[in-house]
Amino acid sequence: MSKIGVFICHCGENISATVDVERVSKEIGGMEGVAHAIDYKYMCSDPGQTFIKEAVKKYDLDGVVVGACSPRMHEPTFRRACAESGLNPYLCEMANLREHCSWVHEKSEETTDKAIDLVKMLVEKVKKNKPLDSIKVPVTKRALVIGGGIAGIQASLDIANTGHQVILIEKDPSIGGHMSQLSETFPTLDCSQCILTPRMVEVAQHPNIKLYTYAELESLEGFIGNFTAKIRLKAKSVNYSTCTGCGACIQKCPVKKIPSEFNAGLGTRTAIYVPFPQAVPNKPVIDRVNCNYYKRGACKICEKTCQVGSIEWDKEDEIITEQVGAVVLATGFDVKGADFFPEYGYGKFKDVLTGLQFERLASASGPTFGEIRRPSDGAIPKKIVFIACAGSRDPAKGIPYCSKICCMYTAKHAMLYQHKVHDGESTVFYMDIRAGGKNYEEFVRRAIEEDTVNYIRGRVARVYEKNGKLIVKGVDTLLGGEQVEIEADMVVLATAGVANCGSEQLAQKLHVSYDPYHFFAEAHPKLKPVETNTAGIFLAGACQAPKDIPETVGMASGAAVKVAALFSNDQLVREPVVAVVNRLAPPLYSTCVGCFMCETACPYNAIEHEEIKGRDGSLIRTIARVNQGLCQGCGTCVAFCRSKSIDIQGYTNEQVYAEVMSLLND
Amino acid sequence: MSSNTVFEPKIIAFVCNWCTYAGADLTGTSRLKYATNVKIVRFPCTGRIDFLLLLKSFAQGADGVIVSGCHPNDCHYTSGNFHARRRWIAFRAILDLMGVDIRRIQYSWVSAAEGSKWADLVNNTVSEIRALGPYTEYQQVADYLEKGGYNGEA
Repeated sequence: MSKIGVFICHCGENISATVDVERVSKEIGGMEGVAHAIDYKYMCSDPGQTFIKEAVKKYDLDGVVVGACSPRMHEPTFRRACAESGLNPYLCEMANLREHCSWVHEKSEETTDKAIDLVKMLVEKVKKNKPLDSIKVPVTKRALVIGGGIAGIQASLDIANTGHQVILIEKDPSIGGHMSQLSETFPTLDCSQCILTPRMVEVAQHPNIKLYTYAELESLEGFIGNFTAKIRLKAKSVNYSTCTGCGACIQKCPVKKIPSEFNAGLGTRTAIYVPFPQAVPNKPVIDRVNCNYYKRGACKICEKTCQVGSIEWDKEDEIITEQVGAVVLATGFDVKGADFFPEYGYGKFKDVLTGLQFERLASASGPTFGEIRRPSDGAIPKKIVFIACAGSRDPAKGIPYCSKICCMYTAKHAMLYQHKVHDGESTVFYMDIRAGGKNYEEFVRRAIEEDTVNYIRGRVARVYEKNGKLIVKGVDTLLGGEQVEIEADMVVLATAGVANCGSEQLAQKLHVSYDPYHFFAEAHPKLKPVETNTAGIFLAGACQAPKDIPETVGMASGAAVKVAALFSNDQLVREPVVAVVNRLAPPLYSTCVGCFMCETACPYNAIEHEEIKGRDGSLIRTIARVNQGLCQGCGTCVAFCRSKSIDIQGYTNEQVYAEVMSLLND
Repeated sequence: MSSNTVFEPKIIAFVCNWCTYAGADLTGTSRLKYATNVKIVRFPCTGRIDFLLLLKSFAQGADGVIVSGCHPNDCHYTSGNFHARRRWIAFRAILDLMGVDIRRIQYSWVSAAEGSKWADLVNNTVSEIRALGPYTEYQQVADYLEKGGYNGEA
């Protein structure tokens, strides 16, 4: 028979004022299987805990129930006390006599009766409890960071600086991301590349960072602390160990008219190219889609130019395997192109640009060396119109959310324009100005007041071309809905920030969830913003939702701390509240029939297929097995299981049925 | 308050640890009062709740059952509450077909911030079940089956 110890707490007067605690301990003391029952003023105090510890030894207890406050409050306290006295901590349960009884009912017989019932329930449960050991998972102390924008750079540096190895992969030939494309940054107007490129170099030179550019994740298997990543190293066609980065090949390449991705299509590049002058690594790759040799089988001018023989025509994609313990997703975002907007000319008008294209025009390293010139004729625009919320906050366009950065960068663009074109006239059409952030509102005020940017609150219905001018037809809602028509030389659309293309496929590879707009979903909107629902995979930057640079850097450092915390121990210790599939002696092996309903229910992909093989290696049966590293203990699989073969430790069917039966069997 | 003339129903609540259990804790910390009839069984998630437990409860003499967890999209485990909801929709139809009085099962969402909603849910359920009276039909069927009615002998 069980020997359960029951300890009823007065909680000062919090419980004892409405519950007759002496009657509770007396009646419970008479229950079958209860060896010892007392009540005391403060069970959680030192003397209170000592009562428990002494009773465990004196009565050789095999279970403890503490009737006190909510287990969400003190369960760890009492479980620790039990563990210290030599009792398995998972043989201790709490009955919630305070939050669920004494605080919500008046002093009465019924209240005490309910308290007795609550304790009885847990006594019956604890009789069925089994000693459990916390789960220990080994941790590979090496992180994989996916994406080499500012988020990935910051996360990599922060993790590497804690002394752990980092593998950083970037799909483009250079790290730097969108931040390297920006001209100046708000709210300080400091040059983006000036603050970014030192960090890019630091990444390349850091002894703890292994950088793979032109590389993509092929697959990720495993679980927290123990991932196996397969990485595709796309063929660069250039041997980086011998290439000196002299750039002679780039100058001689005859294919010169390829729209440059770095310049957002405003400039051109060659087929063998370095995306931008400060690229890291500053060595070229061959774009095989556009290269004459790969297209037509003849050219090879770069090979003749190369002094060190670095061109590798037959190089193939290579798949490498890396073991990592944690993953940081920092794949960033994209912006909608002008072609998304029929009302603004479907991208047909050359002088209707996106915000990102305007960044390149304003950038000293851009196609116009920082002069604002029209792509159509190279003239300096004297009248410019900025349209905020192009696509964002527009449910009709399928983008109901605010892209967050556009208000600020539009103010910055207008300012930069005014600084560069002194006699120019700039107008901003906006819905609302959202300038939440340190010195942000002041920045927008500066654009309006010092740089005399004309802000019009209203939307633009149409942009069309007439006599070489762009006619912008909008409305001024602050003037009672008056129609406004502006003859502009250039129109800049603050197009919506959207999830990077391929983010859905990447999310599926990693088994992380994503929102309807394909941004990766955080584990909790407030309290777990950098975690995903898949343990060991963290988020940094705009892959989670559009955000600006300071926020991205903050989030990346947050993700890095989470990784560092994970790596601070050799083993990961977890509560053993996980699902387990029963195993029996042969010839039954398990009651599991292998229907894998549990697999369909599991949100964490924790169900594995276990093959039971005979001595000759022949397959006898395939049954489910729970990966304890992945299982989070929700128990959805338990309710799904038709043969009752899977159960969740700490909330087993036996335990919960015992609770229900105790309530009603009187 | 209680008298012999008022029927005090026995009600079991199956709730998830993260939302409704915490919500009921908040009811306590807010010192909101409610009826003593409901006793909570804690689960990690509503997705864990085996609905056969509901039948077991009735067979054992419960007059009513509450199932409550996180609001849709708020599940601590992403989707457990959706599974529970889907299961409940199917189960409710089956119970109704079987002749179980589904008014005796209250299915609800109570978040960790909705202490007052929990108090209301308990009080409303108690008064509704009280109006329905003791749930003896299920017990009668069970007794009938035990006497061999299933074989057509009774």
